[in-house]
Amino acid sequence: MSSIREEEYNKPLNLRIWAKMLPFFKPYRKEIFAIIALMLLSALIDVCFPLMQSFAVDHFILPGTVEGVVPFGVGYALMVLTQTLIVIAFSRLSMVVEMCTGRDLKRAAFVHLQTLSFSYYNTTPVGYILARVMSDTNKISSMVAWGLVDVLWAFAYVVGVFIAMLFLNLRLALIIMIIVPFIAVLTVYFQNKILHWNRKVRAINSRITGAYNEGIMGARTSKTMVIEEKNEQDFRNLTDEMYHASVHTAMLNAVYIPSILFFSSMAVALVLARGGYLVMNELIQFGTLSAFISYAIGIFEPIQQLARIAADFVSTQANIERVTGLLERQPDIVDSPEVVAKYGDAFESKRENWEPIKGDIEFEDVSFKYPDGGDYVLRHFNLKIPAGTTVAIVGETGAGKSTLVNLACRFFEPTEGRVLIDGVDYRERSQLWLHSNIGYVLQNPHLFSGTVRDNIRYGRLDATEEEIQEAARKVSADTVVAKLDKGYDSDVGEGGDRLSTGEKQLISFARAVLADPRIFVLDEATSSIDTQTELLIQNAISHLLQNRTSFLIAHRLSTIRQADLILVVREGKIVEQGTHEQLLRQKGYYHSLYNKQFMEEAMLRSMGK
Amino acid sequence: MARAEKTGRYRTIFRFVSGSWRFYFMALVFSMLATVFNFLTPQVIRFTVDSVIGEEPVNLPGIVSSLYEMVGGRETLRSHLLICSLAVVVVALISGVCNFASRISTSKASEGFVRRLRGALFSHIQKLPFQWHMDNQTGDIIQRCTSDVEVMRSFVTNQLLEVCRTVFLIVFAMTLMFPMNAKMTWAALAFIPIVAFYSGFFYRKISKRFLVADEAEGALSAAVQENLTGVRVVRAFGREKFEIQRFDEKNNRFSDLWIRLGYVLGTYWGVGDLFTGLQILVILLLGTHEAVSGNITLGEFLVFLSYNQSLVWPIRGLGRILSEMSKSGVSADRLCYILNSQEETDRSDARPAPMDRDIAFHHVTYHFHDQSPVLDDVDFTIPAGSTFAILGSTGSGKSTLMHLLDRLYDLPEGSGSITIGGVDIRKMPRAWVRKNIGMVLQEPFLFSRTIEENIASCIPEGTSGEDRLRQVRRAASIACIDGAISSFQQGYDTIVGERGVTLSGGQKQRVAIARMLVQNAPIMVFDDSLSAVDAETDSSIRKALKENTGGSTVILISHRITTLMQADQILVLENGKVAQLGTHEQLLRQDGIYREIYDIQMNQQDREAATM
Repeated sequence: MSSIREEEYNKPLNLRIWAKMLPFFKPYRKEIFAIIALMLLSALIDVCFPLMQSFAVDHFILPGTVEGVVPFGVGYALMVLTQTLIVIAFSRLSMVVEMCTGRDLKRAAFVHLQTLSFSYYNTTPVGYILARVMSDTNKISSMVAWGLVDVLWAFAYVVGVFIAMLFLNLRLALIIMIIVPFIAVLTVYFQNKILHWNRKVRAINSRITGAYNEGIMGARTSKTMVIEEKNEQDFRNLTDEMYHASVHTAMLNAVYIPSILFFSSMAVALVLARGGYLVMNELIQFGTLSAFISYAIGIFEPIQQLARIAADFVSTQANIERVTGLLERQPDIVDSPEVVAKYGDAFESKRENWEPIKGDIEFEDVSFKYPDGGDYVLRHFNLKIPAGTTVAIVGETGAGKSTLVNLACRFFEPTEGRVLIDGVDYRERSQLWLHSNIGYVLQNPHLFSGTVRDNIRYGRLDATEEEIQEAARKVSADTVVAKLDKGYDSDVGEGGDRLSTGEKQLISFARAVLADPRIFVLDEATSSIDTQTELLIQNAISHLLQNRTSFLIAHRLSTIRQADLILVVREGKIVEQGTHEQLLRQKGYYHSLYNKQFMEEAMLRSMGK
Repeated sequence: MARAEKTGRYRTIFRFVSGSWRFYFMALVFSMLATVFNFLTPQVIRFTVDSVIGEEPVNLPGIVSSLYEMVGGRETLRSHLLICSLAVVVVALISGVCNFASRISTSKASEGFVRRLRGALFSHIQKLPFQWHMDNQTGDIIQRCTSDVEVMRSFVTNQLLEVCRTVFLIVFAMTLMFPMNAKMTWAALAFIPIVAFYSGFFYRKISKRFLVADEAEGALSAAVQENLTGVRVVRAFGREKFEIQRFDEKNNRFSDLWIRLGYVLGTYWGVGDLFTGLQILVILLLGTHEAVSGNITLGEFLVFLSYNQSLVWPIRGLGRILSEMSKSGVSADRLCYILNSQEETDRSDARPAPMDRDIAFHHVTYHFHDQSPVLDDVDFTIPAGSTFAILGSTGSGKSTLMHLLDRLYDLPEGSGSITIGGVDIRKMPRAWVRKNIGMVLQEPFLFSRTIEENIASCIPEGTSGEDRLRQVRRAASIACIDGAISSFQQGYDTIVGERGVTLSGGQKQRVAIARMLVQNAPIMVFDDSLSAVDAETDSSIRKALKENTGGSTVILISHRITTLMQADQILVLENGKVAQLGTHEQLLRQDGIYREIYDIQMNQQDREAATM
């Protein structure tokens, strides 16, 4: 449903761009060479078919004899059979090349994505990345496999035909050649236009899909506001746009294809005039004329094809640039070679070298600003968080409460200064080491499609059934499970869609619990769960927080009463810190936050008494 | 009966063809004409080869014959062969013009059809009852509105036309070929069913595999998307390796399926080529024999070969098209399912009634399908102009209650009634009820338009831009979102959703509140619509609302006691039944759920008070 606007691509053919794809084709060079050889052979046979026809005219029909027709027939049949085998072989090979290069490209992109930093994900829409991983790689690989086939065949065929024609009769061959540039120019001109309009049609098409999506997803909203008519009007404008763009595209095709056919019949006409004259004066044989007429008709399809594929190859460069743009994107956060050597990378860990983690976190003179610009949000910030401490971060929506967590989890690194885990700069350890020791529950919990069990097990892949159920029990997620048809085997749907937000939170909680991390992060995990369920979670949390270093990002002051330390964030900066009592005594920003929250109850209590 | 159903579904779809008949007709006529003129070119060549260059007697139809005599007969043509060439070019030109006209008409016919079909689907879906939307999955409906529409489009235009064209082509070619040589024509004809059946059979076999391969691609794409949207979870658990394993599984499956499909396809293409090549060979040999025996002329031989060639591809296509067409019934059914669903209707005696009156729920019982009741004999009254709060756990029926009030669901007869000012809401037009009830949903939906357009959704067309923006901004400031919107680079012109800025849950809720306020409804419903807003903003919004909602009746649904307790009355729903009803003070004095929840939410606060 995403309508990513890709820019129009207008660049000449650039081999350097294509060279970037070489490593992906190299493993399949044998197949590719076989395809090349097969296509050359196939084109050769195709060139020979009209010659066979002219042979029949000259040697059987004109002399009026059928002598030698049997070997002729056998020869022809053999050519047909060879052609059949070639078609079978090359289409299989091409499919293999297409799918294997596509698979490798997708994999490379996917693996690389696992190393890119959050700054990339924060600024790039998912649909945009998905298009690169899926459709761009598909386009590249199919272009290489099938485009190559078509180009080679068409090229070899055209060259072969011209050679045959030159041998048969030079002047007639030249007549046909005169028409070729017209066709080529026409094709290039129209292909560019058609390509442009096709893109336009596709873009409108994806907007129509988006409109349906909105019309359906927003049906309830539309009904409650009674704006159905208005939506229909918007949709009608969209389909009108589609109508005009499509008809325009059809118009271009309607002009282009007949004009090509017209030019090709021009060639036939010229061959007929000149060739007929030559036959009448007995300068060439009838068979030659018939072969030329076949060639004149047959050569223009391949020429069109060449021009069309050339245009296609150029436009595929855009796909290549998009994919290589992704592959060449450097992650902002990388483990140094020494760290990788000792601890392994995100895919191959060397767990035997991992130090056990205690959970002391220290911000040492940390200054930080987000990579996508803006001011420093932290300046020379110092904070020691001993293992087992519960740190609550409070502040208004959008005040920047996540920054500290992002830094502590190394989703972002400090611009200046260091973050120490157990006294060691975390850049001296691997990211995987740290992340394996963090439990994380998000405001909008993300579940993967699959069963409830799969999702909980995500926290620790080798967990037993008992451990999974134990984790669910600890956070009352078992009440959610009990309500589902198939218990732990119930499918949660795409992104956990079949569960309510509250239920998703409980499951994601169980997942984090199963991981049994030393560092725990809860990002407003309790905002839309009903009070009784919330109470269960609160109890589970307070139990779980013991002996763990934890960060709570919470709106509600009530959730943070257990915190050992409260950080108050305002406009991205930490303005106050201390325990609840200390902060209240300061009568600062926290105090006013607190008052607003509880003023109503305070009034009420005095009324009630 | 099955037969009647079949014609029924096509009748539903063909409704959308009318209006394009003109273009269909033109497309058919012009494409036939183009075929005729296409076939003339070889005839001109034959004539030139046989009678001008060769010695065959002239054999031409009437008009052309007199034309032939007019230009001066064979001698003139022999010395001016260019005249024959000119004939080729003229014929090609006419054929080209017909080709052009047929393409344009086809496109207009097809696009017109699709435009009508799409419009009807969209408008119909908008008007289908909310229950229908609940019962059907979004993805599935979209699939029907896009892919199935495409299938129908290619059915009623490309395929139907293509079949007509191909049949005409074959018949026309036969009428030209039979007079030349019956034996050769029979030979050519013999291959037609073989090739057509072969293509059709194979195509059907392959299309199943295509489906499986497409599904594998869908699964792969979904896996990548999930990984990308869940990137934080993946990283936080250090699950990169696991993710790659999962990805590899799907990626390999996808490519393996296609490679296997490629094997089948390769055989299909190869064998198709074999048939075609053999057919040409048979005609070539037979033609040689006939020519040598003097049964056909050289010119005829060449024409025959070229006609035969031009039949090969359409016939190969015919089998594929026929089997593809046979599948279109499924798509037609899938579309009819949507088009034949009942739209929301009003009773014929529905009349608007004043809405600024007391709202009464009389013994309301409601259940979805045959499940146990969501609401069970719920009975209470909301006095006009009062603030009414509802508390209840997930699934207690609060939202259903509001959906019934807004007539998103309708109470069946005998399940109680809902009245406003004593008038049953089922006796009012739906649009009237909904226009007069402003509703903010818990997970509000914003349209991917600008923020201003979103908030102004309910402002009637024709309001001046200035006035519109003033109303929008006023509503936004009451909802405490004006500041945030103004801080966006494009302010109120910021587009929300995928194409633009992603708003946080709290921001969305506040925009939705502003949008509702613009409606100026005498009844306002807040269905847990401040859940994602922090407590401070929550209280300032409520304060602003209180000052600005005037005499409206306000219904609040929330989990937060602080949000509820200032209401004039509080209703506690439990398992679809009224558990408690009263003011905050009354409920506190009772030993019930309200008190319990109050204690849970307030006890920490008591402790704070003690330490102060």
